[in-house]
Amino acid sequence: MTSLLSEKAPARTYAAHAKPWWQRTLMTRDTAIIALLVVVWTYASIAILNFSDPITVYFLVLDIAPILLIALPMTLIIITGEIDLSVASVVGLSSVLFGVLHREGLPMVAAMVLALLACAVAGALNGVLVTRYGLPSLAVTIGTMALFRGIAVGALGTTAITDWPDAWGDVVQARIGDSQIPLMTVPLVVLIVLFAVVLHFTPFGRGIFAAGLSKDAARFSGVNVDRTKLILFTLSGLISGLAGIYFTLRYGSARGDNATGMELQVIAAVLLGGVSIFGGRGAIPGVIAGVVLIGTIGSALRLDGLSANLIQIITGVLLIAAVIAASVLGWTGRIVGTYRLPKERVEQSSDKPSSKNSKKSE
Amino acid sequence: MTTTLDAPAPAAPQPRHRAASRLTWLLKQRETGIAVAFILLLVVTTAVNPNFLFSTDGWRDLTLTPAILVCLAIGQAMVIVTRNVDLSVGSTLGLTAYLAGRLFLDTGLPVILVVLIAVAAGAVLGLVNGVLVAFAKVPALVITLGTLYVYRGIMLEWAGSDRINASDIPPGLLDFGTGSFLFIPNLAWISFALLAVAIYLMRSTRVGREFYAIGSDPDAATLYGLRDKRRVLQAFATSGALAGLAGILYVSRYGTISSGVGLGIELEAVGAAVVGGVAIFGGSGTVLGAALGAYLLTTINRALPVLGIPDFWQQAVVGALIIGAIVLDRYFARRQHDKLLAEREEA
Repeated sequence: MTSLLSEKAPARTYAAHAKPWWQRTLMTRDTAIIALLVVVWTYASIAILNFSDPITVYFLVLDIAPILLIALPMTLIIITGEIDLSVASVVGLSSVLFGVLHREGLPMVAAMVLALLACAVAGALNGVLVTRYGLPSLAVTIGTMALFRGIAVGALGTTAITDWPDAWGDVVQARIGDSQIPLMTVPLVVLIVLFAVVLHFTPFGRGIFAAGLSKDAARFSGVNVDRTKLILFTLSGLISGLAGIYFTLRYGSARGDNATGMELQVIAAVLLGGVSIFGGRGAIPGVIAGVVLIGTIGSALRLDGLSANLIQIITGVLLIAAVIAASVLGWTGRIVGTYRLPKERVEQSSDKPSSKNSKKSE
Repeated sequence: MTTTLDAPAPAAPQPRHRAASRLTWLLKQRETGIAVAFILLLVVTTAVNPNFLFSTDGWRDLTLTPAILVCLAIGQAMVIVTRNVDLSVGSTLGLTAYLAGRLFLDTGLPVILVVLIAVAAGAVLGLVNGVLVAFAKVPALVITLGTLYVYRGIMLEWAGSDRINASDIPPGLLDFGTGSFLFIPNLAWISFALLAVAIYLMRSTRVGREFYAIGSDPDAATLYGLRDKRRVLQAFATSGALAGLAGILYVSRYGTISSGVGLGIELEAVGAAVVGGVAIFGGSGTVLGAALGAYLLTTINRALPVLGIPDFWQQAVVGALIIGAIVLDRYFARRQHDKLLAEREEA
């Protein structure tokens, strides 16, 4: 050991440690999931009748829109190392509030704004419980998941409010011009770009990653971790409320049990998109690919005549495969002796000292 | 600092009256709080409508309805104590229930053999979770979220649009499921027996203590030489086996098996454990608490209509209760922490 310590390593610049730019861009989890998406899409367009039809894409976008919406704030929350299981219940809550306020004769826009405000407050409640009282978000949001769903179902019972003005349903399902691109794509893309910019190009976004990697280190470097998390939980409530309004108008029905179980689909899509459940790692492009992948597999298999049950099995297997991929690569790498995980992954997942480290200190 | 070191040790605390200290010990237990809440609920509801407790059906439902959830909550508590969580129990319950129904329908196997097969199948499904969690270094939340989809998908794919009816189930099993012994339903006896075994296992055996050790500090447990992977496997296999047994209990109680069996019950099981004082981050809590939590949650469900509240509101009450329980848990933990700090300052 002394010989290792006595010889000083030559100074290396930060850039010298980094991998070449093409490896950094191409060999990531994001790229892998996007590549998988492209493969599935290409295969489906060739092999499955009607898949490449624009109308398929039109319905695909309309179907995945709520999951895509909720996945955006969920990505940010999971990167900070927390989780929000209450999102689907907020969708139900928003749907019911919107419906009840509309039934009471409020103008559509006013009902919408009030429902959204209530959902933001619901999200903020999660945030306050997590940050102010230091409670684990998993337990808090299991509780609020039952609470919000209970309020939604309690307020309307098993009835549904279905008398919506046709014009609003038409707006949601409208196409851009003569194309088969839904009008809803525009606000979706705007939101995606907004979230991507905030997460990847602003100090607030870097604070999110920092909070997920190390709460204490982030705090010492001036990130207000609690405020960040509070904002994210509130945002998650607001966006879930938006998804609830979309849901209500798209299907013309406000029900307390709308979107039951959607929280699991959203979390599956986000994790499939390469976001680490440990926090500190993930990116918006991968998440979008994850959501679209799940949606594509679903619609492709349905067109191919396969049952929805198989889709469920495939979703589960994909999710497990995606999250254990790093470990599996690690094992096979150790067996074959060629593949090496990136340095920080090795430290996380293996107790063996990596040969790379010892070489550096020589 | 030397003066404090040289100072004589503080006098030993006065021996207190044994019964009194027993009482304060009892009052300090989390389980006591849940039990008091449960009894309060019973008293209030029975005061409003005496039939709630004192009619034959009321008494029977009180112990019969929670039996299946108690089964799951015991397994869930064991898994959560090891700092994991098992979200797949609802799907496991559904799959094993359908498996049992299929065996009754297609083969002439004796009931007891089918029960054993179902429990073993549940244990295997749990073991799959355990292997993935123990060896992949991925949180159990994600793995069991995946197997939740996979197990439910397998069941639905297998069942198609089939539905197994009570006429296909051996009458002996159905009679057992609805029967009772000494005024207590058979299923309740089973849940009591399981609870007794689980309490012994968690309190007094090496396996149980190591579950707590692994949950309170996984790294320390590994360094100490505990076989953590094996213990995690055991916890998940037990949870799976109990879910398999719960599947059989479901069949014996309700007779029909549709695609929705056990849908979403995993969250009730986690909720019962959390309400019962099992900390979601592992290392503390008891199976008795989880079982009491299951009793409280299911009884609230039955009590609400009696109290004049539509049972649509049940979930909201359960949610408020879960949040209340974890806030309370946090409060007690902080008070304990402050007290220990104060004692250290004094010493």
